[in-house]
Amino acid sequence: MTRALGLTGTVALAAALFGGTAGAQTIKIGVNEPLTGAFAASGTYVVNGAKIAADEINAKGGVLGKKIELVIEDNKSNPTEAAAVAEKLITSDKVPVLMGAWGSSLTLAVMPKLMEYETPMVVETSSSGKITTTGNPFIFRISPPSAVEAAAFKNIVDKLALKKVDFLVINNDWGRGTAEDFSKMMKDKGITIGLVETMDQGAQDMSAQLSKIKSSDSETVIVTTAVDQLTLIFKQAAALGLKKRIITTGGSQNPDQIIAQAGAAANGTMHLTTFLPWFPDKTPNPEATNYFITEWKKRGFEFAGCTESFRGYDGIRTAAAAIEKAGKAEPAAIKAALWDINIKGLNGDIVFRKSGPEGKESGQSQPNVYLIEINDGKVEMKTL
Amino acid sequence: MAQRHSRRIAGYSGTALSEFLQHMVNMLVLGGTYALLGIGLTLIFGIMNVVNFTHGVLYTFGAYITFIVVQQFGLNFFLALPVAVLAGWLLGAAIELTLLRPLRGSDIDTTMLVMIGAWIAMQSGTLWIWGGVAKSVATPFPDAPLVVGPVSVSWLRLFVLAAAALLIVVTYLLINKTSLGRAMRATFQDHDTASLMGVNVDMIYTSTFAIGSSLAAAAGALLGPVYVIFPQMGDLAAVKAFAIVILGGLGNITGAVIGGFILALAEELGAGYVSSGYRDAMGFLIIIAVLIFKPTGLFARAERVG
Repeated sequence: MTRALGLTGTVALAAALFGGTAGAQTIKIGVNEPLTGAFAASGTYVVNGAKIAADEINAKGGVLGKKIELVIEDNKSNPTEAAAVAEKLITSDKVPVLMGAWGSSLTLAVMPKLMEYETPMVVETSSSGKITTTGNPFIFRISPPSAVEAAAFKNIVDKLALKKVDFLVINNDWGRGTAEDFSKMMKDKGITIGLVETMDQGAQDMSAQLSKIKSSDSETVIVTTAVDQLTLIFKQAAALGLKKRIITTGGSQNPDQIIAQAGAAANGTMHLTTFLPWFPDKTPNPEATNYFITEWKKRGFEFAGCTESFRGYDGIRTAAAAIEKAGKAEPAAIKAALWDINIKGLNGDIVFRKSGPEGKESGQSQPNVYLIEINDGKVEMKTL
Repeated sequence: MAQRHSRRIAGYSGTALSEFLQHMVNMLVLGGTYALLGIGLTLIFGIMNVVNFTHGVLYTFGAYITFIVVQQFGLNFFLALPVAVLAGWLLGAAIELTLLRPLRGSDIDTTMLVMIGAWIAMQSGTLWIWGGVAKSVATPFPDAPLVVGPVSVSWLRLFVLAAAALLIVVTYLLINKTSLGRAMRATFQDHDTASLMGVNVDMIYTSTFAIGSSLAAAAGALLGPVYVIFPQMGDLAAVKAFAIVILGGLGNITGAVIGGFILALAEELGAGYVSSGYRDAMGFLIIIAVLIFKPTGLFARAERVG
């Protein structure tokens, strides 16, 4: 018995020593993404983009002379899991910085953990305004908040001659935040807001909501959700004979996937996106965009995923740049360094500006927003 | 003036009427699939008295079978359906033989825990094999819907409704009109007497579970192409199936069918006229009401006393 205990002790000691040595050889970055559940497709794309960034950085010699190691955890599209995963990454894997957590509700659930353990997180996708306005100084967001999306969209509403608009949004912080910010902007423009319908993130049948929208007297529907649910909405809208103009927001549409899966139903729809993989030369950083797309294709991933995966690529490059600038892989130093970085992202320069209550501001970068239209199964760019 | 007023009302009620008709058509299509989910579970949960947590996974399994047949082997969608039914039957029989048979006679809690374990293991299995990203299945039906007046419905959903109706009728006849059905009812009413009358009780247990499982797989195979296929798709389906069975009364096939349509009606009208945010809550509100006022379900069988 004593012998057995002694043996266990030795093994534990060896593991601790070995673990310690291994930890010193690499710099870990925690990745908290939905790999299963409602947002599995999107989260998987982001992780694949993140891996491209890590491989690229490591091929060039890594950061501070060490290789970076992504510790990837699945938050199951569930806020409770997202918080638990963040805690695990920080306390057990000892990551000095995280990237996550895709959805606004997931990110909001992680935020108290960042405060508790004083560890910064690069937010790559979430768009709820609350994330950068509630006073969490550990948040550094590279994706646009929905108010920024709404502001970018403002310039085109006159050209589109919008009169009355219905909303169909996912029933969480992302969807409700979008409906709020877009309604505010549109009301200022004199556009009438009609129905605001919601759907559960796991819902597969939106026929009831779409039937209601079909019977309303608006001419346009703003739809906010991730790609799998969007595909279902396009199919179900077509099946119900809904003939209104559909505009999607949030940048998680993967237009090529919609074209592939919804077919003719996708024609005439418009989408607010944050990346232009179809027109690399029109992006703020064509060279990096071309490299990323080539690498993405080389790995055998579907082109459709590019509009989502670039966030993972930019997010990891942001975190790595901050570690390099900090000169050491420690949370406080990385947090301070995030304020000083200026890197060329695939969708504009990543520079953090202060956002939220004074003294505990979050960082917010200002990426570009584009409007694209699908016509005859092809993506066309609209000028905003 | 009066005339103009009445015309306006007519115009308004025209739109309202078409919306209502569309909701009713949606309800019929949704109700058919809910009924199919419900009858599979009512056989196992209602008649066999096994709290079957694997029902949702069997539904998911049926959907992945169509994915394999159609997308991976490139075969016809109509061929995928019988394959899914057969695969569901075999998997159900396997679960009964390996997990439930050794537990027969043990208390309901033990069986329930084992079935929860089986559910988690099987769901993780689908995740392991196919990954968490949703898959979609192509069908031979046209994209353009069938339009009748103000109402519009996709051909695929009409086919699903017809197939569900056929399966429901076949199951009803099987349970109520065949000797196998009589043997089933006898076995679960009085196991020992049935055995003494020459009923092969072991065979009845296995085939009842297998039939219930194949109905779940059939529902998944029919609905997979309507929606998208992913490992957790069965979770909400299973919860709804339990709700339908409780609503209709345990073990009552007609009750399960009506329960399925009531749930669909509540969801469709709830989302259409109350609030879409509470769509999935509507059905459960009805169930709470049923449990308070008629705890044995709306269509419970008259229980034999003594």
